[in-house]
Amino acid sequence: MSVLPYLTAGWIMLAGLYGIVTSRDLIHAVVCLSVTQSGTYVLLLAIGHRYGATAPVFSDRPPPPAGPPVTDPVVQAMALTDIVVGATVTALLLALAVQVARRRGTLDPGALRSLES
Amino acid sequence: MRPSPRLLLFAAGAAGTAALFTAGVLGLPGFGGGGHPYADRAVRHAVQQGTPNAVASVTFDQRAFDTLGEELILLSAALGAVVLLRAVDGEREDAGGAHRHGPAEVPDALRIAGHLLLPPTLLVGVYIVAHGHQSPGGGFQGGVVLGTAVHLLYLAGDYPALQRLRPLPLVESAEAAAAAAFVLPALGAAGQAATGRVPALNAAVGVEVGCALVLLIGKFFDQALLLRETGPGTGDETGGGTGRREGRAGGSP
Repeated sequence: MSVLPYLTAGWIMLAGLYGIVTSRDLIHAVVCLSVTQSGTYVLLLAIGHRYGATAPVFSDRPPPPAGPPVTDPVVQAMALTDIVVGATVTALLLALAVQVARRRGTLDPGALRSLES
Repeated sequence: MRPSPRLLLFAAGAAGTAALFTAGVLGLPGFGGGGHPYADRAVRHAVQQGTPNAVASVTFDQRAFDTLGEELILLSAALGAVVLLRAVDGEREDAGGAHRHGPAEVPDALRIAGHLLLPPTLLVGVYIVAHGHQSPGGGFQGGVVLGTAVHLLYLAGDYPALQRLRPLPLVESAEAAAAAAFVLPALGAAGQAATGRVPALNAAVGVEVGCALVLLIGKFFDQALLLRETGPGTGDETGGGTGRREGRAGGSP
């Protein structure tokens, strides 16, 4: 079935969201957010895929009209952006979790009743 | 909100999202098909501009302004983490050598492997940055290798050596300088030949990503290893790589 890779991306995203919704620990929630985001990597790379194609690098062979077809470099560059932004957001959220643990003594989102410090 | 209503709400939202997503996906071109108009144009332009790695050409030449925004996201996230993780009232920072994060706690094989692997790993990182425009790789990938390679010293149990290798104030300055060095060619050399610009931007990004990673991991290390509350009853100096809270509970690895 030719849309199965796209549906896999959506399934990964929903699995990560389920983890965030049922999370009892902020670190676990941050990891679940990473899982959610990895669904977007799968979606981007699935859109750029071509059967029989290789990586879009031409240092040792000619570009497509003469050489074999290549996968889409645009979505691969987008996936690169996605990964970098995801990593920085994860770092920032983990820093926030450290602050929450230090000030409130818990990492359970259910135990954090209000926004006051 | 109690768990069961929360799950019901999530199930409703997830079902709606899944239905909409599936409907949208069914309208996409089939997986692995041949029609990629943007890819064909991007590849042609990359070859015209003399950058054999088309992904690097898209990142640093055709969409360099997007990468500029991404760079600033990276810079501001590192800045935000540094601000969030600084020492606050009621805590003090121990001097780095005050604890014995000693090599004695690490098996010899791990220590030797860590020290032996450090130079080749750094070399691989520099190679990936320097050849990013010709072969798979680039500033982001090589920067991650560079930024994590120095932490082999931590795995080898030599935290003081890691601190000497990457003085954090210097890394902060290098990060800011690399961000500025990215902005200047990205804005100033727009419209000129890409053959020299892509490697230069790769190098700037490599330095910045490496510095940002070192900075972030260093700040998290400070949290776990060096911060002690100065309030009463926390006088135990367990040290030895335990986190602050585990240290208070008396645990030791």
